[in-house]
Amino acid sequence: MILDPRPSVIDERLKKVKRVIAVTGWKGGIGKSVTAAVLALILGKKGHRTGLLDLDFAGASAHVVLGTDGIFPKEEKGLEPPLIAGVRFMSVSFFSKRKAVPLRGANISDAIIELLAITQWGELDFLIIDMPPGINDAALDIIRLIPRTEVLAVTTPSVMAHSVLARSLELYERLKVPTLGVIENMRQGSGKPAGPAGSIRLDPKLEAALGSPEKLLKTAFASDLEKISRAIL
Amino acid sequence: MHEWALAESVVKTAAEHSKNEKLKKLSEVGVVFGELQAIDQEIFSFALKELVKNNDKISACKFKVINEPAAFKCKVCGKEFSLKSLKKTDVEAEYIHFIPEMAHTFLKCPKCASPDFEITAGRGVYIKYLKGLQ
Ligand SMILES: [Zn+2]
Repeated sequence: MILDPRPSVIDERLKKVKRVIAVTGWKGGIGKSVTAAVLALILGKKGHRTGLLDLDFAGASAHVVLGTDGIFPKEEKGLEPPLIAGVRFMSVSFFSKRKAVPLRGANISDAIIELLAITQWGELDFLIIDMPPGINDAALDIIRLIPRTEVLAVTTPSVMAHSVLARSLELYERLKVPTLGVIENMRQGSGKPAGPAGSIRLDPKLEAALGSPEKLLKTAFASDLEKISRAIL
Repeated sequence: MHEWALAESVVKTAAEHSKNEKLKKLSEVGVVFGELQAIDQEIFSFALKELVKNNDKISACKFKVINEPAAFKCKVCGKEFSLKSLKKTDVEAEYIHFIPEMAHTFLKCPKCASPDFEITAGRGVYIKYLKGLQ
């Protein structure tokens, strides 16, 4: 027999976390990771105890957004996520020397279970998860292991992104996963927001603020996202 | 030490199992340590002792450690290999200790250098058997 003991403690690790929000997107380059990281910074700045968990193994980038060079979790009956600009941060990038991690689906699931089993989050109001893109084994595993996950979807104005989005939202509905909303990122021009949750304007200054939580919080991107977060959370 | 977190999962799973199987007492649990994860046996055993103290059903339980050598099979060229044949730095070994899947980032097939191999044995911690009184 092979009995995997790790899933049994995941509930325990997240026991004092009030809400788990999975930020998801269905293709690369739409700003999913920036949205997840800046949302965590915004909530942290408001005084909420907030965690950010980067589970995007293939494209882990929250550490680049936050600028976390030379930091490693503290080992203490598990791993304690370091505090970065008011946010408890855990990422696969801590263990990969910031390299991409070439993993097949089943291996990604195994790594996610390991990380969830050994991370001691403590008390949090919000845990924001930067999800692997798409609905694949990894995404389904997170939903299975943390059934109270709420999904926040990020998309862009491009038609393709929207059609993939519609199919994925349908799937989440069938899985009975609550969807907090869809954020339309990189919007140009004015008019009615296309995403039900609201729109974030294309912000040419965002790129230069990456790596600095302080600068990020002052961007137009953050101010648009802050409005959306007030409406949906 | 992060061994503590894994020891906790073993104790919790053992306790849940004895409840599901309606066991009065759990007498023995076989815990496998995969070579790849390089668990510190002393810390793990100490954590187990501390963790079972407050649970009547498992406080007398013996945890038997079974060491499992790591084995790999390349998905590209089919080569089968062991951990001894692979080079890694101390830091890389430490990262693999936390997340064994990091083996794919730091190790490669000794024949064709691909990171696309399968860990066929000895990945990490799991429970192989549980014995108890009905
Ligand atoms: Zn090979």
